[in-house]
Amino acid sequence: MPSLQSLDIAARSATTTPSPSVRHTTEIAKLIDESKCIGCKACQVACMNWNDLRDDVGTNVGVYDNPSDLSPSSWTLMRFFEVEVEKDKLEWLIRKDGCMHCAEPGCLQACPSPGAIVKYSNGIVDFISENCIGCGYCISGCPFNVPRISKVDNKAYKCSLCSDRIAVGQAPACVKTCPTGAISFGSKEDMSIYAEKRAGELRERGHKDAGVYDPQGVGGTHVMYVLKHADRPELVGLPKNPSISTMVGLWKGVTKPIATALMGMAAFAGFLHYVMVGPKEVEEDGEHKSEKEQA
Amino acid sequence: MDVKVSRRQFFKISAGGMATSSLALMGYAPTAVAEARSFKLAMTTEHRSTCPYCSVSCGLIMYTLGDKSKNVKPVIMHVEGDPDHPVNRGTLCPKGAGVLDMIHSPNRVKYPAVRAPGSDEWKRISWDEAITRIAKHMKDDRDKNFIEKNAAGTTVNRWNTTGFLASSAASNESGYLSVKTMRGMGIVALDTQARI
Amino acid sequence: MTNSWVDIKNTDLVLIMGGNAAEAHPCGFKWVVEAMQQRKAKLIVVDPRFTRSAAVADTYAPIRMGSDIAFLGGVINYLLSNNKIHMEYVKAYTDATFMTKEGFNFDNGFFSGYNPEKRNYDKATWGYELGADGFVVVDDTMENPRCVFQQMKKHYSRYTPELVSKITGTPKDAFLKIAEQMGATAAPNKVMTILYALGWTQHTIGSQNIRTMAMIQLLLGNMGRPGGGVNALRGHANVQGITDMCLYSEVLPGYLGAPVDGDVSREAYLKRLTGKPLRPNQMAFTQNFPKWHTSQQKAWWGDAATKDNDFAFDYLPKKDAAYDVLHMFDLMFQGKMNGFVCQGFNPLAALPNKKKLSAALAKLKFLVVADPLETETAEFWKNFGPLNDVDPKQIQTEVFRLPTTTFAEETGSFTNSSRTLQWKEKAADAPGQGKPDSEIMARIFVKIREMYRKDGGKVPEPILNLSWPYQVAEAPNPGEIMREYSGRAMVDLMSPIDPKNPKEPQKVVVPAGQLASFAQLRDDGSTACGNWLYCGSWSPAGNLSARRDNSDPSGLGVFPGWGYSWPANRRILYNRASADPAGKPWDASRKYISWNGKAWGGVDVPDMRPNAAPEENVGPFIMNPEGVARLHAIGMAEGPFPEHYEPFETPVASNLMNTNPKAISNPAARVYKGDMEAFGKASEFPYAATTYRLTEHQHFWTKHARSNAIVQPSPFVEIGEDLAKEKGFKNGEMVKVKSNRGEVRAAVVVTKRIKGFDVDGKKVHMVGIPIHWGFKGVTQNGYLANALTPYVGDANSQTPEFKAFLVNIEKA
Repeated sequence: MPSLQSLDIAARSATTTPSPSVRHTTEIAKLIDESKCIGCKACQVACMNWNDLRDDVGTNVGVYDNPSDLSPSSWTLMRFFEVEVEKDKLEWLIRKDGCMHCAEPGCLQACPSPGAIVKYSNGIVDFISENCIGCGYCISGCPFNVPRISKVDNKAYKCSLCSDRIAVGQAPACVKTCPTGAISFGSKEDMSIYAEKRAGELRERGHKDAGVYDPQGVGGTHVMYVLKHADRPELVGLPKNPSISTMVGLWKGVTKPIATALMGMAAFAGFLHYVMVGPKEVEEDGEHKSEKEQA
Repeated sequence: MDVKVSRRQFFKISAGGMATSSLALMGYAPTAVAEARSFKLAMTTEHRSTCPYCSVSCGLIMYTLGDKSKNVKPVIMHVEGDPDHPVNRGTLCPKGAGVLDMIHSPNRVKYPAVRAPGSDEWKRISWDEAITRIAKHMKDDRDKNFIEKNAAGTTVNRWNTTGFLASSAASNESGYLSVKTMRGMGIVALDTQARI
Repeated sequence: MTNSWVDIKNTDLVLIMGGNAAEAHPCGFKWVVEAMQQRKAKLIVVDPRFTRSAAVADTYAPIRMGSDIAFLGGVINYLLSNNKIHMEYVKAYTDATFMTKEGFNFDNGFFSGYNPEKRNYDKATWGYELGADGFVVVDDTMENPRCVFQQMKKHYSRYTPELVSKITGTPKDAFLKIAEQMGATAAPNKVMTILYALGWTQHTIGSQNIRTMAMIQLLLGNMGRPGGGVNALRGHANVQGITDMCLYSEVLPGYLGAPVDGDVSREAYLKRLTGKPLRPNQMAFTQNFPKWHTSQQKAWWGDAATKDNDFAFDYLPKKDAAYDVLHMFDLMFQGKMNGFVCQGFNPLAALPNKKKLSAALAKLKFLVVADPLETETAEFWKNFGPLNDVDPKQIQTEVFRLPTTTFAEETGSFTNSSRTLQWKEKAADAPGQGKPDSEIMARIFVKIREMYRKDGGKVPEPILNLSWPYQVAEAPNPGEIMREYSGRAMVDLMSPIDPKNPKEPQKVVVPAGQLASFAQLRDDGSTACGNWLYCGSWSPAGNLSARRDNSDPSGLGVFPGWGYSWPANRRILYNRASADPAGKPWDASRKYISWNGKAWGGVDVPDMRPNAAPEENVGPFIMNPEGVARLHAIGMAEGPFPEHYEPFETPVASNLMNTNPKAISNPAARVYKGDMEAFGKASEFPYAATTYRLTEHQHFWTKHARSNAIVQPSPFVEIGEDLAKEKGFKNGEMVKVKSNRGEVRAAVVVTKRIKGFDVDGKKVHMVGIPIHWGFKGVTQNGYLANALTPYVGDANSQTPEFKAFLVNIEKA
């Protein structure tokens, strides 16, 4: 097993051991340009082929969304929205759903199992399944409703941003396959610049509300969107101002003794190899940002 | 509205709070167990190919198991777009991206088979038997129905009681050989999927 | 495609009509997206339903299925009435100035010469007026009412925006806005491209749909130009190659007309098909027909094809009738066909009227299906409950099923929609005992040859003498086959004898061996070439289809060193027309080829004799004997100018373009006995239906692939919210769709993307039927959609009318 250091891990769930933080890798990002998306689902197929996932063959339930929701075997999904923002002018908005790889991942923060969720220094938030205890806190912690627990092995799954490809210098499978270039990939900096450029081009083309979706409530994301109606992200099922404040609800509901008991049970079951021993260091920048956001 | 907590505060509530009943007291020590899955194509063999579906005819790279050494039977493990291809530039649509599942479909036909008249099942036969029986059917039909001359006495040398349909997914070489042999035998009822 | 996939990026305006490029060709569609971003091109989608192409379009307009000619005819009228034509181009590169014959006319739905009994035309009054010199008479003023320009103007003046809107259901303002955008590309520095597919071909007026668009592109001066052209986005990876190899009854490889009963001799045959210039100085490239045909006979019968036996002309079968697949199945249905070989084709699913197809197959003595996958056709005799309700005991057909390789398991070339041949290598063995189609064909042939050798039989010579020079007779190598169709000189080819100096020794101009170009073919038996169009694909330099140089020095997406494009590695057809008559490119931002004072040159292989000086007025459309493109085309079955006719099953009672009850639908379309009676009437089947593909699937193929089954798992039909409300359907519930030929059951998708049409004041609802399911597959099984479709084809190509028919719909 490689060490934390070899993987440039920036943060681990339920871990207080500080991560090595001297080396810096390039922060990466995936950008999804809604205006170029034809909803072909090539990204879904490339995802399942790369990650060796095959979901069940479902049925048609009256929509084009298939499978009908994210699942342990479907880490990305096209969601289709028929909207008439202007009267009698139909728009078929299509959004690729999946993990946003938040800079401040609610899942990671909610996860009680040490090292089950990690954030690499390049920005990827990855689930390390063998450490997962299947408690589902990541689901509650996610402002985008992304992780899903498998009924087969009781572990949580979601998009890894193809961390195995990126680790060897390749782009995620969905990015590479996208026929129309609706998904692009590069450094977070380059993608942010390109996103603004695309939004500008779309505004020139008549999409007056086009803009970038990189919500600061979660510290920004490593999956960003260019939306035609950036003023109304809810049109495509995105929260307008996502934040990790949902934690509050979670932790208010789960009292400390119960939480502790759960942890203990998990530990006895042999799922845990590691435990928190003290307050976790967090990077100051991100911290200030989220506090400012809340101000 | 909602009482919002920062990440620092959050840890005070959760991790820090629980630290008092620390599992460390139970004797668990930290180990590092996080790793990205290893890159599955690292030492596979690559073949350039062409997607069989639509006529964008995207360039593919087929990744097969092994390094072509004698004792290894290559199996196609993964397929991706060919980034050097000028048209698709590495991209693939949902059909092309899933072509591996067509190659490995549980519905691949693996052996020649025949269904006898009136039967409701397939019977596996050898290639030799299949080819011989088909050839015999064709020769019988040709010998019985071949038209040498038409009413005006012109040599027409046609055989129009057996038809042939060609695939648009066959290679140019297969297509050429099909038309050469079929015309060579006198078949005029010849058509292809391309008409549809 | 006249142009190429990547060339789409050079356009200013993309029209997608009669197709759905984003869904059917996503990776080619990227070049539309590229044009939109980089050139600020606009995208227009005209389609009965709001497709995924429409989802990213700038402009979408609905159109009722089968009314495209009304729409496009209206565009022609708009262009002519508003002077939105590229006049210099039209005058120089089309037949607009040509005089038509006296006696040609169009009256109330019929062109002159109609024979109602035979349902066809005597074309004596169609075509150009020839002068005493044998050349077409022209009127450079284009004012004579008999010139093509005036005839066309008169014909399309009837297509007013009001009438267009009434027929098509396209709102008038939407139609006019689109016509205006198209018209703007008449400027010499603007270009439009059109991307179409089966949405235009699968109609009884399919060929004319495309011709109407070609006329528009000619009027706008958009043919032969980067970013322009008329681009058929074809269906399979090698549909273009198989078309070029001509596995058709009508033609031999390279589109050489096949001999017919009337060709009493080789001489008569060659005379019928060899072109002759209709205007001075024209290349009339089909003048070379004897070279192509003789070389093909040499490739097929080698030493047995000699001058003395007319190069084995009698070995070629002569056809007496149409033998397209609809005709074949009708013969089968009548019990007139005994054997049938299906190579990688699933006709039980892919042709119209499953009931008739199934009954036809059951009358065969033997059926051979060679396919990598388990097809419905191979198991037409098996009972799958309501999905295939047959009794095996009653079906006496002997069925052979042969396993074949897929693309991944064999080496060879495919020709893409841009006419580019690309070589691929085998990656692994097929599972079990699968073999390549070429080997299966070889084995069958060799076995039959052996039987004729041993036992004799009817006219064995063509079989015994068929050239078979392959190293392994039962498994010819793809390289050997490619070298054969590419062509070679059997002996050194000598320069012609100089008439002025007959004693001068002849020089070797082409050494024996592989040929570099079809220009080297001869008609004296010294060259052998299986397909002249592909001549040079395996040149003396080797297999050019395997080239992988992806550099693009011009930046125009030409890629001259990638694979090999026919003809002659040319990437844009008719590219001479990208320059003005003086040889200067029409548009400085898209310089393609030009005349440098001595020769033609540029970034592509010029589609012109290299030394044809502009003042010689050699037209850019070199395959036509007139050298220019045809606005008036006599080759078409139903008229030299496209005219709107209703689908054979139409939701409206009359054709608003005429008052002739005999001219509601295509008067020249072929209809078989029994099929006319099987057409449904709007009174019983009130809804306009169409079948189509979805982006997640490829025909009936990917239903065997789990990945695709996951992303589009089960059959459905689509209707608009109004109809759903009227019928009381809930989204996702099961419904039954019926035509006069059969029924299917599927889930109903209720959508805003389908709105129906306002046709002449009457609401016409639409039912959309995706086709991808059947009784074999890893998807959920479903009914074959062709249980519903009518057995009638386009009057020219016989492509079935899958895109417009009538149904009723009710709760299942």
